[in-house]
Amino acid sequence: MASPDLVMYEEEYQQIKDTLHRLQVDSNSKIVFLVDKNGQQIASMGDMQGVDATSLASLTAGNVAATDGLAKLIGEKEFSILFHEGEKDNIHISLVAQRVILVVIFDERSSLGLVRLRVKKASVELERTFEVLLKKAEADRGSLANRFDSPFAEITDEDIDSLFSE
Amino acid sequence: MTFINYAAREINCKIVYYGPGLCGKTTNLQWIYDKTNPQAKGKLISLATETDRTLFFDFLPLDLGTVRGFKTRFHLYTVPGQVFYDASRKLILKGVDGMVFVADSQEARMEANVESIQNLDRNLKEQGYDLQTVPYVLQFNKRDLPTALAMDEMYRQLNFKGEPTFEAVAMSGTGVFDTLKAIAKLVLLELKKK
Repeated sequence: MASPDLVMYEEEYQQIKDTLHRLQVDSNSKIVFLVDKNGQQIASMGDMQGVDATSLASLTAGNVAATDGLAKLIGEKEFSILFHEGEKDNIHISLVAQRVILVVIFDERSSLGLVRLRVKKASVELERTFEVLLKKAEADRGSLANRFDSPFAEITDEDIDSLFSE
Repeated sequence: MTFINYAAREINCKIVYYGPGLCGKTTNLQWIYDKTNPQAKGKLISLATETDRTLFFDFLPLDLGTVRGFKTRFHLYTVPGQVFYDASRKLILKGVDGMVFVADSQEARMEANVESIQNLDRNLKEQGYDLQTVPYVLQFNKRDLPTALAMDEMYRQLNFKGEPTFEAVAMSGTGVFDTLKAIAKLVLLELKKK
């Protein structure tokens, strides 16, 4: 496998949510969410009602991937920050720990400067959390299939067939 | 790269539909979207040109239900088939868990099929995957066309590891769900191995 699976545990999930919540409050933004580079949404905070979070996640990742491609073409390692300015709402996108994407959506009640400042602080926290998470997952890997509580070791053909039974 | 969320009890997998231009990748997704009940699907996103050629990708999130207490969510992507969009194709392959190759059955498109599989092989290798080991399903689309090559001839030319192979007419839905089911199964069985 090219990159190991991303595994999320309860403790780190809570930490991530706390960090995102603090960021949302401190930066006075509408929505804060975290996506992995492949487009899977990890966590979100703020008023997500009326927002198609899954699509947002996948398009963000596509956006970052395309920008990454651009960076490589001109000899940059990556562009770590992307900013889209709209009439009312703006999107601030930044890379954390080179594998997850932090997205902040804000309007005129906040400012780009404030968002950048708070994102910087939150990124440090998130980086730390992900470091722990990766270590934990690493320790679990390999033994996962043998662990008695692995939910996937027991998947049967019937389980899978039942997903399509309607 | 599967995303296993123990906190939310969710598994997220990424499946990519690959194939030459105009082979019916988007049509596959469109059919799945049309025939899935609203609770199980998200929005179908198509980043296409004005002439409906895929420009970057199509994206369809699907909730299949629960396996062993875990919600299984599949993210289906297509790539742009046209040769010159190779850079975009590479990006979409990132973190893929399963591949569907949609081949165009028309005799005149055989060369394009072969080229596209080679392109897929190369692009996967660049991401550190191997087509030999990644969950992979083959679909022969457009079986209804009079110019379609014989099934066994296509099989001989395109099937290289005995991967599950399906005949399809994506426009009318034939074989579309069989293909999806086969790849979902392979991806979930792969989880078991890890």
